[in-house]
Amino acid sequence: MEKKIALQQSVVHLGTKQETKTSKKMKTNVQAWLLFLPSLIFLLMFTFYPVLQTIYLSFFRADLAIPDPFFVGLENYQQLKEDAVFWKVMKNTFWFVFTTVPISMILALAMALFVNRAIRGTGWLKTAFFYPTVIPMIAVANIWLFIYTPGYGMMSQILDVFGFQDINWLGTANTVLPAMIIMAIWKEAGFFMVFYLAGLQSISKELYESASIDGASSWYTLRKITLPLLMPTTLFVSIIAVINTIKLVDHIAIMTKGGPDNASNLLLYYIYETAFNFWNEGMAATLTVVMLVILLIVAIIQIFFVDKKIHYS
Amino acid sequence: MKKVMKSSIYFLLLMMLVLAGCTSKPQNETASSTTESQTNQSKQEEKKEEPIEITMYYPIAVGGPLTEIIEKMADDFHKENPNITVKPVYTGSYQDTMVKAQTAVKGNNPPDLAVLLSTELFTLKDMDAIIPLDDYIKNDGGDEYINSFYPGFMENAQTEGSTYSIPFQRSTIVLYYNKEAFEEAGLDPNNPPTNWEELKEYSKKLTKTEGNKTTRYGVEIPSSGFPYWLFQAFAIQNGKNLMSSDGKEVYLDTKENVEALQLWLDLAKDKSMPEGVIDWATTPTNFIEGKTAMMYHTTGNLTNVKNNAKFDFGVAFLPAGGKGFGSPTGGGNFYLFKGTEKAKQDAAWKFIKWASQPEIAAKWSIDTGYVAVSPKAYETEAMKAYVEGFPQAAVARDQLEHAYAELSTHNNGQVSKVFNDQLQAVLTGQTTPEEALKKAQEEANKLLAPFKK
Repeated sequence: MEKKIALQQSVVHLGTKQETKTSKKMKTNVQAWLLFLPSLIFLLMFTFYPVLQTIYLSFFRADLAIPDPFFVGLENYQQLKEDAVFWKVMKNTFWFVFTTVPISMILALAMALFVNRAIRGTGWLKTAFFYPTVIPMIAVANIWLFIYTPGYGMMSQILDVFGFQDINWLGTANTVLPAMIIMAIWKEAGFFMVFYLAGLQSISKELYESASIDGASSWYTLRKITLPLLMPTTLFVSIIAVINTIKLVDHIAIMTKGGPDNASNLLLYYIYETAFNFWNEGMAATLTVVMLVILLIVAIIQIFFVDKKIHYS
Repeated sequence: MKKVMKSSIYFLLLMMLVLAGCTSKPQNETASSTTESQTNQSKQEEKKEEPIEITMYYPIAVGGPLTEIIEKMADDFHKENPNITVKPVYTGSYQDTMVKAQTAVKGNNPPDLAVLLSTELFTLKDMDAIIPLDDYIKNDGGDEYINSFYPGFMENAQTEGSTYSIPFQRSTIVLYYNKEAFEEAGLDPNNPPTNWEELKEYSKKLTKTEGNKTTRYGVEIPSSGFPYWLFQAFAIQNGKNLMSSDGKEVYLDTKENVEALQLWLDLAKDKSMPEGVIDWATTPTNFIEGKTAMMYHTTGNLTNVKNNAKFDFGVAFLPAGGKGFGSPTGGGNFYLFKGTEKAKQDAAWKFIKWASQPEIAAKWSIDTGYVAVSPKAYETEAMKAYVEGFPQAAVARDQLEHAYAELSTHNNGQVSKVFNDQLQAVLTGQTTPEEALKKAQEEANKLLAPFKK
């Protein structure tokens, strides 16, 4: 009998304990949500709401030919599938991103390794490597427009010194995209270098000391210590780099307007053209959804797959 | 969520109103600092004529201190019409200005007045953003007012019997040529090429090479951004303009146009023009640097070339094709928007009317390099003196006789884009003139089909 009471008591006791636990959890949750609220409001207003609105609009036909938008289901997507310019733009964007990102990251790492050594004068070098980042893209585009100008631009003068034929970089279908990529690398590499520098400085010096005691070559140290320990930085930089590169668009407006014949047109500029030159809002929304999906896929690959293979700390 | 957006927009508008109130306050304060009797007087005047403030969006597309010139203009207008204040708002390039005006229209807060490309007519009309000016014209100026402008400039302003805009900052394409290079090549510096044959021949002669390197090209015709505009000149010279006046049809794949495009391509094939696409913005620099002996460019660059070229240069009509001389017009017009107060529309109209007076138009032309919009402006004393000292300025005016509307259709952005793409594909050697023009025509037909219903 006594045993039973004791059991009941303990059950009651257990119950109250659980109750206080959940209410406590609730409390922390409420507090968390309250803290989160200000940013949530802005996220809802300026990110989620526009995203939903864009997806919604992408099912409508809304352009200059019709006074009131009407629902067309997936017709915009169907039309996009048959749009030759769209596929050209996608191809350009793919090459632009997947050459600019790795090359500028490798360059950034090389520059960081070079600058990281305690040698006199590296302060100047750091500045020199970093300064393209500081210049606004519009200014960069104007500078490079003249670098690429045939006849007297810097590129043509360099070619001339080595006895090569002059190239109309921005006016030829085959060279315009590579020319843009070179410029983007120049602009971006310095920015990523800074992240790598920070990453390098956080690696413990002891590791290198013990490696050198063990007689490891510098190449071996780089491969077995530096690079693996820089992996979190690399992941971070690669996300930033991909997003940054997809966002690079200002230069097109200044340098080529996407020409010749869309050879330098990129997805974001095409969206701009569709929305604000063609005033085809339905199609612009559809294109935006495509870009969103691409960015989402990139983020998912990076966070869920690449992230798992990285050893933190 | 829509409510939240709406209320936040209202909030922003409210803030703007508050700010606007703040800026107008100091004026009242200075007024009250004068003696009381005067204040009373001015109050009575205010009662008679409510002070009106109108905003005007304007773009800048050429070099020079345009902002100052426009603000001076607004001041001058205010002095003559004390109850109206025109507030000019610089809104970037033509493209930016269009985007801003459209966004403002969609937000139900349209500008009272805007200077936009004359070719935006159909786009603005399809968006139901602008009002026809027929009533204003009927009551104030009539046909006489409309006829005072060069007809080439009015073409883009009218459709289906209504007038929607008034010419303001207008241009055409002219041929600039380096007289010293002409002499060097054994050509008469006072006889620029007058037809296509001469253009080809002179360009070849003017081209200078060292080894396998060209140190000076004969001619440069820019083809980045909006090659359709330059092509239009060839098309007009060889046949007819590229579109119908209702903006529902384009005529791209004609035999004459194929010839015209072939000529453009031949200049590059002859090596007397750089191959590939030639950049619009760097072409004047090339000319000033002596890297090209001739160039096709807007009259808007006249002042720039005049101030920077270290050699004697001439300006001439574009060489004639099978049909004669010809050039498209370009530049911006005044538009009035739907949904603004009647009083403000009236005030904006007053400003438009004021700005198209011969004296004002002449001053604007001299200060900027744009072509003055009416023949009367060229009869003013100021303009006569200017043209006498700088005869090159008269060439664009004289060419206006052969000038026609710039390409403008319904769905203009997309139609000109497919055309531009095809022109560039030809110039970069990816397709032939016949194929390109046929493809451009097909795509343009598709784009225009919905407007024909």
